[in-house]
Amino acid sequence: MEGLTEKPLTGHLKPDGEALDISEYEGYGGYEGLRKALRMGHSEIQKEVKEANLRGRGGAGFNTGLKWSFVPMGKDAPRPKYLVANADEMEPGTFKDRFLLERNPHLIIEGMIIASFAIEAETAFVFLRWEYTLAAKRMRRAIAEAYERGYLGRNMLGSGFNLDLRVHVSAGRYICGEETALLNALEGRRAVPRSKPPFPQTSGLWGRPTVVNNVETLSNVPHIITGGAEWYRKLSRSGDGGTKLFGVSGRVKRPGLWELPMGTTAREILEEHAGGMADGFSFRCLIPGGASTEFICEEGLDVKMDFDSVQKAGSRLGTGTMIVLDHTVCPIAALHNLERFFAEESCGWCTPCREGLPWVARLLGAIEDGEGEPGDIETLREHTRSLWVGKTYCALAPGAMEPLKSGLAIFREDFERHIREKGCPSKRERG
Amino acid sequence: MPKIYVDGKECEAAEGQNLLEACLGLGFDLPYFCWHPAMRSVGACRQCAVKEFKDENDARGRIVMACMTPVTEGARISIDDPEARAFRAGVIEWLMASHPHDCPVCDEGGECHLQDMTVMAGHVYRRHRFGKRTYRNQDLGPFVNHEMNRCIQCYRCVRFYCDYAGGRDLSVFASRDSVYFGRSEDGTLESEFSGNLVEVCPTGVFTDKTLKKHYTRKWDLQAAPSICVHCGLGCNTTPGERYGRLRRIRNRYNGSVNGYFLCDRGRFGYEFVNGDKRIRRPVLRERPGEEEQIDAGEAIRRASLMLGDGKRVMAIGSPRASLESNFALRELAGPENFFSGLPDNEHKLLRLVLDILKGGPARSPSLSEVGRADAVLILGEDVTNTAPVEALMLRQAARKRPVEKAVSRKIPEWDASAIKTAIQNEKEPFHVAAPFATKLDEAAKAVYHAPPEDIARLGNAIAHELDRDAPSPEGLEGRIAQLAKDIAEDLKDAKSPIIVSGVSLSEAVVKAAANVAWALEAIGKKAALSYIVPECNSTGLALMGGKSLDDALKAAAHGGFDTLVILENDLFTRAGKEEVEVFFECFENIIAIDHTATRTTSAAGLVFPAAAFAEGTGTLVNSEGRAQRFFKVFDPEGDIAEGWRWLGRIMEESGAGTAWSNIDEVLESMASEVPELQEAIDAAPSAGLRMAGQKVARAPQRFSGRTAIHAGRSVIEPRPPEDPDSPLSFSMEGFQPKGLGKEPPPELIPQFWSPGWNSPQAVIRFQDGTNGGLRGNDPGVRLINPAEAMPGYFREVPGPFRPRKGEWLVIPVYHIFGSEELNALSPPVAGLIPRPYIGLNPEDAVKLEAPPGEEVALKAGGLHLKLPARHMPGLPEGVAALPVLPGVERLRLPQWGVVARPKESAA
Amino acid sequence: MLSDEERSEIEEEIRHYARKRGASVEALMCVQRRRGWVDDETLKEVADMLGMSVGELDGVATFYNLIFRRPVGKNVILICNTISCMVMGYENILAHLEERLGIRLGQTTADGLFTLLPVPCLGACDRSPVMMVGEKLYPGLTPEIADEILREHGWRG
Ligand SMILES: Cc1cc2nc3c(=O)[nH]c(=O)nc-3n(C[C@H](O)[C@H](O)[C@H](O)COP(=O)(O)O)c2cc1C
Ligand code: SF4
Ligand code: FES
Repeated sequence: MEGLTEKPLTGHLKPDGEALDISEYEGYGGYEGLRKALRMGHSEIQKEVKEANLRGRGGAGFNTGLKWSFVPMGKDAPRPKYLVANADEMEPGTFKDRFLLERNPHLIIEGMIIASFAIEAETAFVFLRWEYTLAAKRMRRAIAEAYERGYLGRNMLGSGFNLDLRVHVSAGRYICGEETALLNALEGRRAVPRSKPPFPQTSGLWGRPTVVNNVETLSNVPHIITGGAEWYRKLSRSGDGGTKLFGVSGRVKRPGLWELPMGTTAREILEEHAGGMADGFSFRCLIPGGASTEFICEEGLDVKMDFDSVQKAGSRLGTGTMIVLDHTVCPIAALHNLERFFAEESCGWCTPCREGLPWVARLLGAIEDGEGEPGDIETLREHTRSLWVGKTYCALAPGAMEPLKSGLAIFREDFERHIREKGCPSKRERG
Repeated sequence: MPKIYVDGKECEAAEGQNLLEACLGLGFDLPYFCWHPAMRSVGACRQCAVKEFKDENDARGRIVMACMTPVTEGARISIDDPEARAFRAGVIEWLMASHPHDCPVCDEGGECHLQDMTVMAGHVYRRHRFGKRTYRNQDLGPFVNHEMNRCIQCYRCVRFYCDYAGGRDLSVFASRDSVYFGRSEDGTLESEFSGNLVEVCPTGVFTDKTLKKHYTRKWDLQAAPSICVHCGLGCNTTPGERYGRLRRIRNRYNGSVNGYFLCDRGRFGYEFVNGDKRIRRPVLRERPGEEEQIDAGEAIRRASLMLGDGKRVMAIGSPRASLESNFALRELAGPENFFSGLPDNEHKLLRLVLDILKGGPARSPSLSEVGRADAVLILGEDVTNTAPVEALMLRQAARKRPVEKAVSRKIPEWDASAIKTAIQNEKEPFHVAAPFATKLDEAAKAVYHAPPEDIARLGNAIAHELDRDAPSPEGLEGRIAQLAKDIAEDLKDAKSPIIVSGVSLSEAVVKAAANVAWALEAIGKKAALSYIVPECNSTGLALMGGKSLDDALKAAAHGGFDTLVILENDLFTRAGKEEVEVFFECFENIIAIDHTATRTTSAAGLVFPAAAFAEGTGTLVNSEGRAQRFFKVFDPEGDIAEGWRWLGRIMEESGAGTAWSNIDEVLESMASEVPELQEAIDAAPSAGLRMAGQKVARAPQRFSGRTAIHAGRSVIEPRPPEDPDSPLSFSMEGFQPKGLGKEPPPELIPQFWSPGWNSPQAVIRFQDGTNGGLRGNDPGVRLINPAEAMPGYFREVPGPFRPRKGEWLVIPVYHIFGSEELNALSPPVAGLIPRPYIGLNPEDAVKLEAPPGEEVALKAGGLHLKLPARHMPGLPEGVAALPVLPGVERLRLPQWGVVARPKESAA
Repeated sequence: MLSDEERSEIEEEIRHYARKRGASVEALMCVQRRRGWVDDETLKEVADMLGMSVGELDGVATFYNLIFRRPVGKNVILICNTISCMVMGYENILAHLEERLGIRLGQTTADGLFTLLPVPCLGACDRSPVMMVGEKLYPGLTPEIADEILREHGWRG
């Protein structure tokens, strides 16, 4: 089929940075997946996506088809059901969803329609962070085009299926990206996460079955339907299906974003695609997938970037967008920056996160400023244990602990020197 | 009952609970903050962490929040596990990072859940060396003080105030570590349940302003089990006293009555007891305007002269006096001369209610049963204002079916946030028919605002829909017929439907409510029938018998009476001024027994100082028909004594018998004279009971200064007063209830306290499992029980309301603050009493050219009132409303009257 | 007072949610777009339209960092202060802006032209350091570029 490429997400993008409009998109086989999906059964679509082993690109890597399969189906299912595309991208260092939203909105829309059809959702939202103003404009235009061509609205393409799709523009706060907080936000409540179970798939928006998927996740769906699960799986160099948008930021020669097979190594991404370190800067370490993942050092660079491999290497694939720290960056300052971010973005609901993160951030700040005390390292270490999964209400705080946990081990020497020498040694050295 | 293992101990847990509830119910100490027994779990504070193991071979286990983990068969958990312990200590350490540590000056100190939990969790050393955050406090009105710096962000306040009690003006603002709990701007809290924040808040953010004013340590308050006297529900309370003044009211848990909460009328109305209108010594008034205080012996002698020697005596009892006092009065004058002191219509309606509840199969529900109803029909009552805690219970009933639906979708009932998500604001069978918009309307699926007649017609139409034998109103409007059909369907679908009505409006409404309940019974549904009555012993007085005030007026006019004895009743609040004055003219002597000076006591020649509720012992019967005992909290100064005690002494002096030596003797005589009241004896154990050979201590263990309180007057420590009426001592010496089985019968628990549990949460140690009744049965005995047989329906159905040209049907409106006599005397409440007004339908008001606040005149029942107009949404055209408030002359309502602009009416 | 235009826009938003309150954020933003911030009076009116209490809506409004409950300058500068921008030296840019405008983070210039606020990661990390002025993103900042941007928005220094 003509639309199929090795790079389903970015293969046909316009070089001028504009979005593909609907005709262009259709020209590359766009909305063919939808037509095909409408001829398939709901469970058939779910099965195909499950077999493609498309794993959630929001960071947790849950099998998307499997997630959909928890939605109650059939006559007795509670209705209406909802689908939400999570476009709240605010994970520090992450800039992949912005790219898709700005450049290939129809791909997202098509993915959303197919996903909605697969779970019989009648209403879908793109939950977009306010700062993505260009994305909002382009998404809205694309949605209008899709309505015009009958891909949205009542009795879509004569299938009898109805879908309303709308952009919801949020107003900041990282926690809104957490899927249950997102649902509260959509309900006009304070965006505090919800406890799970019950999962959104059974009791989500307004208490109705809801699926929340990341923008990039959904963008893979049309191609899985057109190309089939097996084709899609083969795009990958590992067990996880498909390609992935990998990004690099920091002092590298060519910071940017590339669609590459799942399982491409970190080294290849860093050295070949990002061109290696910028002149005058040497590599210290990187965070592989957004702020809430553990550091990887030189010796870990050959890790294959897919969910299981990175996990095995002691970190997480996360969003697949890496942040490179060079030799000029004080690791304590970097950790302080990260933890202050998390502390400020806590929703304020559960104690460990609300109270523990600011403490962590202040301790790091104190150490950075030369006011650290010998017991501080132990206090920080304790926090990496007590702000851990299961002990906090949601995954924000544990995410915050990932870089800290590895940082305390990797930069042990730096920590001790900061405390001993009452300040940042490299700052002093640099003068 | 699932078996669970707690630190290796095999225990039985109740089905459908979470692990925290199970552990607390089993008597384990496990700290928590965000969980509350009434509001259940949200998992926010992370304080209740325990270790859970997969099976007996799992040695690692994982930390879970007990409050968010269901009890499952064979669950293995450890509270003691070092990791769990360390984590819990860490949570407190976090919470303490910004807590001001101002316990020595904090009102909550000594009764603080945060203090308790800090000790329990074992946090001792402060490592956090950075600054603490601070906040601006708000003025929240006369009841509740705000001190945000002490907040530990457990979210209980908003969960109670908004989710549980339906309040709208308390919120959480901002986020991260600067979340703020308060109002959007300074101002009096609008919810009538705001005082519960004081107990719901685990620390000193929300505290009792009335207590704070006369600051006293919690452990210095002497207390006794008591009953609220401010409406007919009989909520259980714990008043606290220091230096002879009542300092506060706290909720006293009764699983069958008020549960965990009180209304603000009940909590803050108490200050009338300390008021300057109190009567503390007998007063003799030989000529008008001349009064002198006389000593008790003299007063009794003079009373006996007025009563003895063939004098014909008329006695007027009171719905706010105890059974014992009313009975003593009845004894003094003879049953044939005993009058209830209630105007005809109220008197008759109360009798009618009794007849209905005793003569038919529909049962009067306890308050907790009200909260468990799954379909509600309110006929003609503004429940929030006439029986506030019942309104709070009804709000829970409104969620009952949506919650059940969510539970059927496998969402645990205790998972409060998941339940909230699942049910959103789904409306369930909840119907309100009232003469004007009421606060509960917002919980209703359908609201019907109509005049009393039409409300009664709707009721009958519903009854007829349920059972064709029930009479059907003629010529019913199609819309109303449909409404009746829908409501009937909803009631039929319910497992435990409830009909709520009351005596505020009319006989037709009361009867219509009975017809609905009976029709449900006729089709095989157990129906609860709850009639709201106005005062704390309205039901008891009705059971006592007697005749109405109107009968008294008539009898007196006939002549032949010499002496009038009025017990705790201000007749000017019952009938018009002139009527009462004419009535008083008929007597040579008037004796009044009351605790507070009223227009009635000022008209009496001889006045005896009666005990207010906290100064005496007695029994009250609530609207359910539950007889409950209240005990003397402190020994009052002056000659103050219970009405029954005065009456006994007077009878003895006049040779009519020997005075009762204690309340048990009164109860015994009452049982033999009034069989209907026989079981009131069992409302509490008799005075002779001893626990381990001791009386039960009213004062807490740590009560300080008993030996020094009087040192200003004399260095000789006085003996604590004796209490012949109860097994309670006026001291910290005596048996100290500790919970977990080491406690007296629940009627005698002065304060819920248990080692390590100084806060109101200590009640957990006295319950039969969390949220259960009190161990050994909730206090109170039912004196009213339904009949098996179906009585005939009330057959007369009123015709539709017909507005009259130029006339208005005037109906009464009740206000939580002010409509009951005693709370109006409490200064913090007094400021919240609405200004008197005449309520008009907005359209009528426009026709009258009476914008809100414009003065209008009301002529009715020989009275001529001039009051500002208030526009009342929902009030039907042709109906006007007159509030029952201090300063508004009492009219017998409903009745027809004329409303006009003052100029026109003068013309 | 809400203008008719604001009202109808809010009503349009409301239509898309199962319950009115779903439109909270968009309704507040609709006000903020026109007025720069959300004052108490308007918030009350919006709450009314959404069937929420003032406190409830304000609880939502104050949760978000991009709903302004206090007046802000004509141009709100949101400068990213998160990790990638830190690595790329946002601190220099911030110091430069503070110096140029004579204000610190969180403040508004005396002439009411600029408010300077921090914002978490703007999702343009490959073009760090970045900031937004109003609705526009400005990547690849240097002190010189920052000056140009300020001038573009009326700064005369
Ligand atoms: C604090 C926090 C922030 C998150 N932010 C985002 C986000 O901005 N975008 C996103 O897609 N997922 C985010 N997630 C993950 C979502 O909760 C959710 O797992 C994801 O949207 C599911 O989509 P997927 O299965 O397609 O990955 C966040 C999670 C947490 C704990
Ligand atoms: S970990 Fe707790 S406070 Fe933090 S964002 Fe999640 S729920 Fe909120
Ligand atoms: S009581 Fe369990 S988390 Fe708060």
